[in-house]
Amino acid sequence: MLTNIASVGRRVLPNQWDLIAFATIMAVLTAIGQSYHGVSAPLPAPNQPVISLDYANLPYYALRTALRMFAALFFSLVFTFTYATLAAKSRRWEMVLIPVLDILQSVPILGFLSFTVTFFLGLFPGNTLGAELAAIFAIFTSQAWNMAFAFYQSLRTVPRDLDEVARGLRLTGWQKFWQLAAPFAMPALIWNTMMSMSGGWFFVVASEAITVGDTTITLPGVGSYIAKANDEGDWSAIGAAILTMGIVILLYDQLLFRPIVAWADKFRVELSAGQEVSTSWVLNLLLRTYWLRSGFAPVLAGLRSISLLPIRVPRLFAAKDAANRKPSRLLDAIWILLILAVAVWAAWLTFRYIAMEVGWDEVAHVFVLTIYTLIRVIVLMALATVFWVPISVWIGLRPRWAETIQPIAQFLAAFPVNLLFGATVSLILAYNLNPNIWLSFLIIFGTQWYIVFNTIGGAAAFPNDLEEAAKNFHIKGWRWWIQVIIPGIAPYYLTGALTASGGSWNASIVAEYVKWKDHSVVAQGVGSYIAEATEKGDFPKIVLGVAMMSLFVTLFNRLFWRQLYAYAERRLRL
Amino acid sequence: MLDPAVTTLLSVDNVTKVFTTGSGESRKPVLENVSMSLKTGEIVALLGRSGCGKSTLLRVIAGLATATEGKVTIAGHPVDGPAEDVAMVFQSFALFPWLNVLDNVEIGPRANGVPLEETRQRALKAIDTIGLDGFESAYPKELSGGMRQRVGFARALVMQPKILLMDEPFSALDVLTAETLRTDLLDLWQEGRIPTKSILMVTHNIEEAVLMSDRILVLSSNPGRIAFEIPVTIPHPRDRLDPEFRALVDHIYALMTQRADTTRPAAREAAAAGLSLSLPLVSTNALAGMLEEIAAPPYDGKADLPHLADSLGYEIDDLFPLGEMLQLLKLAEFEEADIKLTPLGRRFVDMDVDQRKKVFGEQALANIPLASHIKRVLDERPSHRAPAVRFREELEDYMSEDYADRTLRAIINLGRYGELFAYDENAQTFSYENPE
Repeated sequence: MLTNIASVGRRVLPNQWDLIAFATIMAVLTAIGQSYHGVSAPLPAPNQPVISLDYANLPYYALRTALRMFAALFFSLVFTFTYATLAAKSRRWEMVLIPVLDILQSVPILGFLSFTVTFFLGLFPGNTLGAELAAIFAIFTSQAWNMAFAFYQSLRTVPRDLDEVARGLRLTGWQKFWQLAAPFAMPALIWNTMMSMSGGWFFVVASEAITVGDTTITLPGVGSYIAKANDEGDWSAIGAAILTMGIVILLYDQLLFRPIVAWADKFRVELSAGQEVSTSWVLNLLLRTYWLRSGFAPVLAGLRSISLLPIRVPRLFAAKDAANRKPSRLLDAIWILLILAVAVWAAWLTFRYIAMEVGWDEVAHVFVLTIYTLIRVIVLMALATVFWVPISVWIGLRPRWAETIQPIAQFLAAFPVNLLFGATVSLILAYNLNPNIWLSFLIIFGTQWYIVFNTIGGAAAFPNDLEEAAKNFHIKGWRWWIQVIIPGIAPYYLTGALTASGGSWNASIVAEYVKWKDHSVVAQGVGSYIAEATEKGDFPKIVLGVAMMSLFVTLFNRLFWRQLYAYAERRLRL
Repeated sequence: MLDPAVTTLLSVDNVTKVFTTGSGESRKPVLENVSMSLKTGEIVALLGRSGCGKSTLLRVIAGLATATEGKVTIAGHPVDGPAEDVAMVFQSFALFPWLNVLDNVEIGPRANGVPLEETRQRALKAIDTIGLDGFESAYPKELSGGMRQRVGFARALVMQPKILLMDEPFSALDVLTAETLRTDLLDLWQEGRIPTKSILMVTHNIEEAVLMSDRILVLSSNPGRIAFEIPVTIPHPRDRLDPEFRALVDHIYALMTQRADTTRPAAREAAAAGLSLSLPLVSTNALAGMLEEIAAPPYDGKADLPHLADSLGYEIDDLFPLGEMLQLLKLAEFEEADIKLTPLGRRFVDMDVDQRKKVFGEQALANIPLASHIKRVLDERPSHRAPAVRFREELEDYMSEDYADRTLRAIINLGRYGELFAYDENAQTFSYENPE
């Protein structure tokens, strides 16, 4: 549920397309739920590997977890290249695909883990492949929307002159994609991939060990390891798992993303070389190794030849070339009618399903629960803001501090704090605290760091001359905060807050219902509602809970965050 | 060369270009009934001010945009989609930043299926011709503007086009670099080292057009039409200080300002409310500065436009809008290739800030129908407020969206400076209220 910031500037108020997209997505989820209705009977038990808390197994588990991330990344890229390209090249598809993507960003897909697990297990009965795919799918859903949005946005902003060069040189669709569109989108895509990846760790941990009804899935990985450690209350095993996870994230960052980000600098279009340059010791090492480079040279030449093959893509993709031609009104009308029909049917399907399976009393109950969670999110976002913004500004205005602390905050944002939930809950049990209050803090545990590193970034980017002007005119105290620094960092803060808010909703599913040894601690809210329904394998309730949460998240984003963000972009961008 | 198909490389017949909105609604035409031709062995310059549609015409010829009406024929073949026998050089260079110089030059032939060895050979030859030897492995980021544009030329020449199209190729370069590139290109052209048969260039620089071309087509604005055709017969190498050269430059200045002079008041009277007048967006400080410059020696109230442009380092797109606004406000007027202060203009120079503001306000109210129109609407309304969109829509009846937007911003600027009315950007509303 990492909301792409590029999508924020688009539109503020929900329009008919959003409603259509919302109805369609919910109907698809309902349909999946319906087809598995009653599948609470034991599924064919997969060959479950038993997790052992022996430390020697941790590197292997870490490897499995990391490989899952890789697989999800691969599928996300495939999805991005096809979905976003289709949306950018075809006006009619764009009408449907983009609102769908926008709503999907707000669906707490963690709540649907149960469906996807049942679905994939059904595909491969008696095989762990199904469970693996379910876990990979969960990570995929945490990355793909955001990446696709970034890619789509880039495709729509390819500089006109470069596009004209490509057309003037008569590049085919295939050639143009690889020579122009893909390289141009590369920096944005890589940055968003990196950010999505940090959300992905959370999902991989949550999806490795999951119970749906009578079926318990345990995949070898750090997430399952910690689940078992939580069951047994083994503190040292939890510590070992946290350490392992930290190392894995660090390696991913240093060995994969830093080199790629540094390499992608060459795709930046701003020709002035004033931009800050990313560096990576790994990339430098690779570039300076003569034999490695000469070994790769033929491969690269081959790839370049492939990218220049005169493949013509079917008309569907080339349709944008005819931008000057008048769009056919009749075809448009038919297309819109078709979409409307599907949406109405989808809405009716969802409506009937909820009416038949759960009843309207339950809907009202879930509505109230969602309000509870909403209050939690708002209060904690406010607390995190009041606590972290002054600290972050202080750090951001001191370049040397900012340099060291910002990467740490970024690392903490990537760290799957759900690893720590069990251990935290033991404290609540020990001191007999009220879970409705104290569990709330967990939902902001992992996501507050987005606020921290974005605000630091904003304060660090605050123009020096404005800072000096403020000092020179003796602007101090409250006036300084309200008239100088807060407007200055607002766009950055909002970027972080939007991400943090989305992440918090998602986190509520695991944070409002936490187990430690044989206790479960529950806070009233839609998150725990979904989590409990998942454990019981009660599909109609899951559908209801997720639909309600998606509705709230979408409206909350549109009516609150985007309004603020649009205002900040318009008035406060320096 | 009696066969007309050979001598006439390019012909443009009655081309009209209308941009349509997303919903398919038609707008004011950008180009209207443009016809021209290009013969083997000549360089033709399309000269016009920004927004006159000259770049659009170039893109229609290149097949990058389609004409709404009319047709384009290159070497006897009608143009339908990106044309084969042309290659374009861009104002912004438009190099792929992720490819080095050699790859940037090679991409065209490779994409069009030229074998690898031949591509390399042609690319190296083009790089050599254009003077880029030694830069093959450099990335565009590492190059200066002049070197980048040389890559742009090499990339176009390697395609061995019959016609080389140039879209203001030197206007993003500094004066010295631009001059070097111009003379290098002219030398190559005269020595026959460029495989192209003719060159069509778009420019807003009058001297550049006179320096390089054999024929100049002057385009008028809103909608774009070919207003004049001027042959240039001065032998190469041309000297900018040569009296014949100067005379031609003066002549073209006179033609372009005279047009501005005659068409505008006529159009103004034609439209009932006078709202068809599109305003240039210029800073009031620049207007005052220009008046002071003309009033001071060596001009003493009357300046030669080419000379003034040269001394201020202005292009016509900087100079003409200022001159037109001054003429509109009756503070100065064009006279052939000169600009002359009116008596009011002379007095203006000696005024203090408050008096100047008053003069601007009064002159705008008296001479710009849109200003008096806005004021009247504000007076009539009990609330003394009016949304900008109301005037925007009225303007769009007479001009394209871009022009309407520019005109509105220009009148807001003038109105604020002359203290005629206030404008609230957030609410997009005109009013009389200023913050207390």
